Formats: sequence, structure tokens, C-alpha cells
Amino acid sequence: MMNNEKQKYVMLDLGGTPATPWCSFKQVMKRTFKGELFVGLWVTLREMFKTLFLGGKHTTKYPLEKLPISPRYRAIHDMLRLLESGHYRCIGCGLCEKICISNCIAMETRYDENQRKEVSEYTINFGRCIFCGYCAEVCPELAIVHGARYENASEQRAGFSLFEDMLTPIDKLHLQKEYEGFGAPSVDADAKIKKTPLAY
Amino acid sequence: MDALLIGTVIKIVLVLAIVAALAGFGTYLERKVLAFMQRRLGPTHVGPFGLLQIVADGIKLFTKEDFIPQNANKFIFMMAPVVTAATAFIALSAVPLFPTFTIPDAIPFIGGAIVPSVIADINVAILFVLGMMGAGLYGPLLAGMAQANKWGIIGAARTAVQFLSYEVVTGLSILAPIMLVGSLSLIDFNNAQTGGIGSWIVWQQPVAFVLFLIAGFAETNRTPFDLLEHEAEVVSGYATEYSGLRWGMFFIGEYANMITIALLASIIFFGGFTPLGFIPGWLAILLKVTFFFFLMLWVRASWPHIRPDQLMWFCWKVLMPIAVINIIITGIVIMI
Repeated sequence: MMNNEKQKYVMLDLGGTPATPWCSFKQVMKRTFKGELFVGLWVTLREMFKTLFLGGKHTTKYPLEKLPISPRYRAIHDMLRLLESGHYRCIGCGLCEKICISNCIAMETRYDENQRKEVSEYTINFGRCIFCGYCAEVCPELAIVHGARYENASEQRAGFSLFEDMLTPIDKLHLQKEYEGFGAPSVDADAKIKKTPLAY
Repeated sequence: MDALLIGTVIKIVLVLAIVAALAGFGTYLERKVLAFMQRRLGPTHVGPFGLLQIVADGIKLFTKEDFIPQNANKFIFMMAPVVTAATAFIALSAVPLFPTFTIPDAIPFIGGAIVPSVIADINVAILFVLGMMGAGLYGPLLAGMAQANKWGIIGAARTAVQFLSYEVVTGLSILAPIMLVGSLSLIDFNNAQTGGIGSWIVWQQPVAFVLFLIAGFAETNRTPFDLLEHEAEVVSGYATEYSGLRWGMFFIGEYANMITIALLASIIFFGGFTPLGFIPGWLAILLKVTFFFFLMLWVRASWPHIRPDQLMWFCWKVLMPIAVINIIITGIVIMI
């Protein structure tokens, strides 16, 4: 429905305000003997039996149980590794540092002995980070992504994370999941690709 | 005489201890039942199934500061919760709890003694119980007026209005069963219904029972008539300035009153402690009281509460005329 299309409101038939004492008396009688109060009692009793015996509880015992979160959820960042070589994916381009709108990413890079960019310093100040997801979106290598760690209460405002802290541990490499969230290509990305005009 | 005195003292101590403990347990039950009806869990962490939550609450109440506001009338402020708790327990003294039983001979010293399970079988028990529950009005009323707090005053005024109005309905609704039985003693009421389920007074006086139940809800301040301490309107009403154990005494009194009303309803209308088929009398009355207690929690989970003007309208324009008509019809039927 378009936003400017006229809304089709339906007025509920609530009946008018009783005009005469006889009308109010009839209304009281109708409401008294309609049994609506017992409908209420039945609903709560039914919900109690559902809760007790059919597992209809809505409570999640939070620290003990956790609900699954969407891959698009933007929590503490992860640094991913290349699956084949185990080297970190970051190429030191500095785009995440440039795009960060709260200036919380700080990185220093240098050339290593193979004339390849190497990350020498990389920190994210999670006291400043607003978890906007621009860094994950801009990253050309899907190296910096958002993970699922959302329990980040701390005793200080500033909380710096180092590159190594966020990097997938090398022995857990086989557990590394490809990121599906913000900035990652969608699952059906291949199907969506159209031929460029040059291909015709 | 000495045996009677000692027995009475023992019974008083037992009733005080057990009903006070049951009042605490009632808060646990209320939280659990409300939670299940709202698809929650209720207390779970303290002890098995959260049962020790009562103890935790008790420790919290004991260790809280006993706060007395600066401009309060200190003596009355300190005494008011005692009035509520005391009247609630005094009312229980004339209510028979179980059938009369004989202590087994195996127990030394007291073996073979016949124990009537009522502290005082007075011949005007119903009047006494209703009077004592009516005197319980002074607890909230004095509390609200002594604490120099406007919310307290409003809560106290609502309490006074509600109690006074619904005392009328309670008295009038019970009058019809009293006319049928011809006695004010609760033991006589019980003995008048010994003929099984068919002889329960509720079948002869269904209107009186409904009226009594509604008025009982109002007198114990239960939903849908809990507007004297409804926090969305008057903070906590008469209990606004209370903390710690004094606040706890109000609640022990309220829960003891709930138990009293449940007992009265079971004895007057539902056959009391007469054996029910294969169910022995003591279990029968326990089940009935449990049902009425559960009904109060059930209603609280289900129904919204009503406005003060609706409360007054309901009492004086609906319940009282019906009660009077009920009495007149009962009287005519008895005469014929």
C-alpha cells in the first residue's frame, strides 16, 4: 500500500451510549449475563495449563539460555582468517579506519619483507564504537566482520580490543564460519548477477 | 478448666504459627500462579522450585530500615499494622478449622483427649468474625491518617468507604443462610450440611453465595476491588510510608483475611468439614479452602480492577438490593 493512499478505517460497532434508564438497565443485564468474565477466567486457566504441561513458557533464563541472534546482528567485531593459508585476511587498506564515523578504529601498517602490507597496530575502542557496521560493509576482503558477542558490559568507558584479540585463533580456524551479515554478499548473490552490456 | 485453658493456649499458638506461615506461603503461591497464568516462571532460584523465596523475602523485610516519617503520629503509625494483623488472627479464633478429633492413645499425657478444632466455639461466631474483620478497617484507616502523606490519606479514605459499604453486603448476604440454619454458630452451620453434597447451603442460596464471595473479595482488598493500594493511582495507598516488618504485617493480615474468607465460604456454603464420600472431613475443608484461595489468585490474573465510583455503584445499587430481595424471598419461602 502506498503511503499516501487513503487508509480504509473500519469503525467498530460498539453500540451507542444508552439514552434512557431502561437502555442502561438492559446494557447492564446483557453484560452481566453474557459470561465475558468467565471467558477471562478460562483464558488464564488455559494459559496456566499450557505453561505447566505443554511448554508454553515465554521465559528465557537468560544467562543460562540464549536466544539465537540474526547473522545481521552487529556485535563485537571479529577478524577473520583465510581458510586456506590461515593468514589473516586484512590487507591493511585502512578503509575501515577512514569510514569509521566515531573514530574508534586506529591502525598502523607497514611493508613486510615481501613488500606486502602488514598490520602492525590495530585497535578498536569499544567505548566509542556505535556498532554502525560501516567497517564490515566497506571491508573489501570481509576481514573485519561483526561477531555474536553482545555481552560487553565493562567497568570502564574505554575498552580497547587489539587485532589479536579479535582474530580467529589459529587452532579454531576450522570452526570459522563465513560471515553472512552486514556487507557480506547475500546467499543468492550468484543468481542475482546480470551480464554486463559488453557480454552481449 | 486447666485442661481447657492449656488446650486453648496450644491451639492459639498453633493457629498463629501455622496461619502466619501459610500467609507467607500464600505469597509464594500467588507469585507462582500469577506467573504461570502469564506464561512466566515465577520464583525459581532460591531453593527447590523457589520455595525458599519466602525466607529470602522475610530476611529482606526483617533487615530493612523501620522508617517513620517526620510529621507522622508516631504511636498510631507504629500501632496500625498491629491492628490489621491482630484483627485478622482474632477473627480466626471463632472459625472451626477441622473436625473434632481424638488424640491417639499412643501419645503420652494427652492421649485420648477430645479436641474440638476451634479455639472458641461461641454461639455468635459469624457476628464475631464479621465484626473482627470489620474492625480490621482500623488498620489501614489509622495507618493512612497517621503517616502525613496524601496518598496515604486517599488510600485510607478508599479503604473506609470500601469496607463500610461491603460490610453491609456481607452481612445481608449471610443473613439468608442464617435464617435457614437458625444459628450464628459456625459449628451449627457445619452440622446443618452433613447430608452430602446435596445438603450444601449453596444449592439453596446461590445468590447469597455469589454476593458473599464478591463482598469477601472486597473485604480482603483483592482484585477486582484492590483500589486502595493500587500503585498506578495512589502509589501504595495506606502502605505508602511503611517499610520493613510493619509493611509485612499488613500483608500477613491481608493473607490471613483471605484464609478466613475462604474458610467462611467453605463452612457456610460448602458443607465445611463434613466428610465427602471417601474424602475425610479435614481433607475436604483443606481442598475447599485451597480452591477459594486459588480462585482469588485466578481472578487477580484474569480481571481488571474497577474504579472507585463503579465500586460504590456496584455495592449500593446492585449488590445491596439483590441481597435484600434474596432475604425477602428466603423469608417468604420459610414462612410458607
